[in-house]
Formats: sequence, C-alpha cells, structure tokens
Amino acid sequence: MDRLESYECRDLNLKATELRLGLLGSDERESKSGSGVTKSHKRAFPETAEDCISSTNSSRTPDTDRNGELQDCTPPAKAQVVGWPPVRSYRKNNLQQTRKISSDHHHHGNGGGMYVKVSMDGAPYLRKIDLSVHRRYPELLQALENMFMVSIGQYSESEGYSGSDYAPTYEDKDGDWMLLGDVPWEMFSSTCKRMRIMRSSEAKGLGCQ
Amino acid sequence: MGENRAEVPGCGGDSQPPCPDQVLENVLENVLRFLTSRRDRNAVSLVCKSWYLAEALTRSELFIGNCYAVSARRATERFRRVNSVVLKGKPRFADFSLMPLIWGAHFTPWLTAFAAAYPWLEKIHLKRMSITDDDLAQISHSFPHFKELTLVCCDGFGTSGLAILASKCRQLRVLDLIEDEVEDDDVVDWLSCFPDNGTCLESLSFDCVELPINFDALERLVARSPNLKQLRLNQFVSIGQLYRLIVRAPQLTHLGTGSFSPPESWVPGEQEPDYRAAFAACSSLVYLSGFREIVPDYLPAIYPVCGNLTSLNFSYANLNAEELKAVVCHCYKLQTLWVLDTVRDEGLEAVATTCKDLTELRVFPIDAREDSEGFVSEVGLIAIAEGCRKLQSILYFCQRMTNAAVIAMSEKCHDLVVFRLCIMGRHRPDHLTNEPMDEGFGAIVMNCKKLTRLAVSGLLTDRAFGYIGKYGNSVRTLSIAFAGDSDMALKYVLEGCSNLQKLEIRDSPFGDSALRAGLHHYYNMRFLWMSSCKITLEGSREISKALPQLVVEVFRSGLAAVRDEDEFVDTLYMYRSLEGPRNDAPTHVRIL
Repeated sequence: MDRLESYECRDLNLKATELRLGLLGSDERESKSGSGVTKSHKRAFPETAEDCISSTNSSRTPDTDRNGELQDCTPPAKAQVVGWPPVRSYRKNNLQQTRKISSDHHHHGNGGGMYVKVSMDGAPYLRKIDLSVHRRYPELLQALENMFMVSIGQYSESEGYSGSDYAPTYEDKDGDWMLLGDVPWEMFSSTCKRMRIMRSSEAKGLGCQ
Repeated sequence: MGENRAEVPGCGGDSQPPCPDQVLENVLENVLRFLTSRRDRNAVSLVCKSWYLAEALTRSELFIGNCYAVSARRATERFRRVNSVVLKGKPRFADFSLMPLIWGAHFTPWLTAFAAAYPWLEKIHLKRMSITDDDLAQISHSFPHFKELTLVCCDGFGTSGLAILASKCRQLRVLDLIEDEVEDDDVVDWLSCFPDNGTCLESLSFDCVELPINFDALERLVARSPNLKQLRLNQFVSIGQLYRLIVRAPQLTHLGTGSFSPPESWVPGEQEPDYRAAFAACSSLVYLSGFREIVPDYLPAIYPVCGNLTSLNFSYANLNAEELKAVVCHCYKLQTLWVLDTVRDEGLEAVATTCKDLTELRVFPIDAREDSEGFVSEVGLIAIAEGCRKLQSILYFCQRMTNAAVIAMSEKCHDLVVFRLCIMGRHRPDHLTNEPMDEGFGAIVMNCKKLTRLAVSGLLTDRAFGYIGKYGNSVRTLSIAFAGDSDMALKYVLEGCSNLQKLEIRDSPFGDSALRAGLHHYYNMRFLWMSSCKITLEGSREISKALPQLVVEVFRSGLAAVRDEDEFVDTLYMYRSLEGPRNDAPTHVRIL
C-alpha cells in the first residue's frame, strides 16, 4: 500500500502549524502529547502558508479572513469568507439538486455547496457543514472544532485521534463508519455522506480498514 | 373582562350604578380591543396610568422582538390576557454562521412562564429560537386551546416533539415549520399521530423536515382535514404523490409542492396522471412554492392556475429564461416572485412585461460563492424598475451592477420599502464606470421616502454613508458589509438615521470613535451587531459603562471567551434590556 507516501502531503498535526490560536486547554495538551508530535511522519506546512494564517488579535483590514481559516497562498481561488454572500445555509444546502433531467440522471453540483450533516455525541442538535469550502483535513477539523466548541485532538495513522475525548468520524457511501483522515481528502469528500463526532472510547475500533 | 379588574372602592356590586370612572374604563377597554397595531398600543399605554392599565388588559398579542430585552415574568405580569405570542431570539447574522452555535435564545423559560400565566394561549410564533421536543410536549400539555404554532429558523426539536404535538393538540389549526433545523436522529412517523376522526388543520408546512414521510398517512390526513387550505410539502413527496394529494384537496389556496419530479422507480413511458387537470381543479390556488428537483417538462401542469397566482416561489428551481417566461406570461396578478438567477436578465424582462402588480421580488444566486459567475446584472434590475412600478421590496443577488440601474430603480419605484442589493464579489465598483456604488445607494435613500430597510454592498466609500445619514431618516434596518473607508461612515449613520433600530455590520473599518457616536441613540435601538470591525475591548467596555441598560456581549470565533488582554473584539452584539445581563450565556460569550 502506498498510503504512507500519499499521507505525507496531509498534515494533521495542528499544533505544529499553530492553527489553534490560543484556544482553551491548548497548553495542557502540549505537555500531555509531547511525544505524539515528533512521532508523526507528516511534514509541517511551508513557511509561506503559515504567514497567511490570520490572527484574531492583530489589526485587521476588512480583507482578512475570519475564524482562523487557513489562507492557502498558493492556489488561485480565493478562500471563502464565512457567511458571505449572505445566503442562509438552509437555502445553500437545498440548491444542490434544483433540477432533474427527465432521464435518470441527477444534475448535481452547481449549488456551490456540499453540505453534510454533522452530529456530536452528547450535543442536542445536528449541524450541516459545507465540505466544498475546505481543501484539506486541518481546515475541516478546525471548522468542526469551532462549530461544536470541542477539541478534537491530533491524528496519527496508528493511534487515531489522541489527546481529546472526541474523534471525528464519517459514514461513507457504503455505509461504513470511518475515522476522518484515514483516506485521502478527495476520496473522503466525494464519499462522505454524514459525519459524527464520536466519543473517543467508541471510536477505538474504527478506521484503517 | 370584569374578573381581572382591580377593585375600585365604592363602585362594587350589581345594585349600584357604575361610577363615571368605571364607565370610562369600560369604554376605553372596549375601544382598545380593536387596536391591533402594537405601535399604536405602545403609544396608548403612554398616555396616562389608567390608559396604561386598560391597554395592558386588552392586549391579546404579545410581541417580543428580542427575547433578552425583557423577562418572561415582567411581560406576563404586565399583560394578563394574552392569547398569542411572537418571540424572536438570535440576531439575523446567526443565519450566516457568524454566531457561536451555542449562544442562547431558549424558549423553555418563556414557556414555563406562559404555561402559568396564559393557560388559554392559542398561538406561538418563534423566530430564531431554540425549542426542544420537551417544549413541544409541554405546549401540548399546558394549553388545551392551542391552535397555531409557527417556527421560523428555529432549532433544537425533532419529529418526536412533532408527534406529541400532533396527537395531543386537538384544536391545532396551524403547524408551519419554516426553514428550521430539524433533528433527524430519531425518525418518528409524526404524520400518523394526528387525531383519527378528523382534524381542524388549516395550514401544514413541513418542507424543512428533511426526512422521508409516511405518504399514506399524509394522504389520509389530507382526506380528513376538510379545512386544510395551506399545504407545504417536503422533497420526499414526488409529483405522482402530489397529484394524489391535490385531487383530495382542491380547496387549497397555498401549495408547496415537494419534489416536482417522478420518483426514482418511475419508468419513462409509464402512464401518468393528468396533472394539468388536477391543478385546474384547484381554482382557489393563489400561492405556489416548492418545485424541488424540478423536471421542467412538468411545468405546463401549473398553467391553469397561473392566472390566479399572487405568489410564486421558484427559488429552489433551476429554470432558464425560456422556462420562466412560459410560466410568468400567464401570471398577470402576481405580487410576490422568488426566483434563482438562472432565469437571467431575460427572464426578469419577461417578468417586467407581464407582472405589473409585482410588489416583492427576490433573486437568489444558484451559486452562492463570492467568485461565482452570477447570471443577472443591471439589465435585469432596470427592466424590473421600468416594468414593475408598484415594487415595494427587492432582494437581488448579482455580480455586476451599475449606479445608473440603482438610480433608475429609485426614480421609478416610489413605493420601495425594502431595498437589499447584494453584489456578491466584495468591494466591486460599478462595472461600467468603475466608480464606487455611492451614487446608486444615495439615490435610493434620497428618492424612496418610504424606505425602512436597506442592505448595501459593492465598493462603497464614506460618501455613501453620508447620503444614508442625511436622507435615510425612515430607515429602521440597515445591513453593511465590507464597506466604508473610516469611522466617519458609521458616524454619519448613527447621527443621521434617527429611526434606526437594527444595525448589523460586518468587516468594515469602524472603530471605537464611531461606536461612541451612537451613545445618544442605542437605547432606541433593538440591537447593534458589529463583527470583524475595529472595535476594541476597551471601547466596548466604555459603552457598557455609559449605558447601564444596554447589554454588551462580546465574543470571538473559536472556543475561548474574549480575554482581558485581547485588544480587539471579533464580534460585538449589544441590545437594550430591562433585565441586565442574562444568566444563560455560555462561557465563550462574555457580557461586559
């Protein structure tokens, strides 16, 4: 399997890239999971990408992106700004299938959104998250953390998500529940039907299938 | 009425003639019963003490625009005979993921108070509040006369709550679920729970309940609901099933179709019902919406009813100009139209040609991203301006606009009350002249004397806000995003717009000095929202100290609360309140 090589490109080591921006409990986690950092074979983001990370406390211009969204300096497309244009997520979500051709084909995709439902164990409600605005796992994980006010821990291939009580999982189109990060991003985003932020204890047996 | 009146000394007993004061009170109460406008009622209550009391006794609809502005206890103590409540919770920007998911606006404490104070309660209307299944059960148990539940943009409940409501509220007339986030962990067949021997249902809307339904149960429900006039289905109802419903309910006035397409299992060439005849039989139909997953071939089925339609919502239907034209050319009575921009300028030109009575138009983007193509432009706007002179309300998403078009609309549509233009690409100027959009919006506030709601976009300098401050006296709601050059812009608005009640601003370079400029006015407003501006923690504190009856909430994106050492504040949300800081704020929301 070439998984090792293909995973080199995906850095889920959020601490090293300092995507956390001083969130609660981050200091605690540092001391606990020290060894987990070096063990990872994933490389840190290059210098240029780090420069683009917005900080909530520096003086800002209206152009700075919100919510710590990682601004990737290299690709040509603009990173999406949260909540702009101001179209309710209910509406965006329902634009995915606005037309059918009278044969059996479904006409997908020009809704500009790939919304999947996300639930969290213990939280009394579901939310929907737009996968199409993210390009890699760290961004998605950050968004999930923001959305559910929870810390998700660090991913490693062998141990799954360590350092937190929760692990993000998803159901793929075959109905299997997988750990987020087990497959390449593109495969994930095209097969993910819904996500669930599971308690770590329950997530133990998952993934790496 | 008499049982609630305080004892008036010397005027008790049936044997004595009522004293003059009591006669006056009787008359007043009887007259006030006819006053429905809450603004009129508020004015009445300020005349004098006895008018205040009389008004309080006769107010039957309680409207609370911000659930944190007043407590349930205070409201129920003043107004004793309420049978209908309207409660609004989160501010509008919560719809665009700008608010922490866990924030507040819980219905439960209000419900507890209402259950005790208004056992005769008949109607509840909530917007942007969290209501749980337990709350729905509580409603069913506490209010034996309960008749109408309308939930708009709410969350926290699921089908099990709906099932309880359906089965226990025997007098239920209205159950309207509009754009709510409905939990789907636990799928209960709630449609089967309505009373078997018939219902009083007049309106049932569940398009936002994105779960498969028991269609047979729905069909039987419609059959035993003779008063049903409004039915809005979800996308799990195919067109064939729709047919079966409307032939049983030709008395419908409002219909939200489900998926306007045959089910997966349908084989082309199979015999299909006469959809056209079914629609033709619905001679009272005035409102159509839905059209999810539309197969445009089926659209001709609605032609027979188009001549009666006053409201048409195609905003989930990807129609091109030709397809829209074929429908609207029959819709000469249309007043409200919602479409996607896939209809293009050409589609809007067709609307302008036929729909001379149009009062509300909304054009939504099929691709709601900043750098999307955008299929309508100033051409469509000008056509509408010239053809639909009675226009009162417009929401228009586009990527290209000109000042000239906006000016044209301001000059031709004198009745404009709501003008919301969203140029999706940030900071975009007039695409022909490259000028800022200042003059266009300036013309709107100058020429549209009835304007109460304005949303601006595109490249805007302080000049635009100078116009708004100077001419926007009637504006009550203002939305600003990615606009303005300096604090002056916000100062113009706060100093000039004396009727401003709701101000929502994001990503604009306004700081503490501008914030101070509104101190004289904040008590007259429902709220001020500022996110990603240049407000500091210190500046926010100043406001909070200066205005003790203002609740000043600050929060930031991410998990943590705003710390003392933070210089800037991500989001400032402040509102007047009689109650002081609320006690249900989560830890990441800090109240100064």
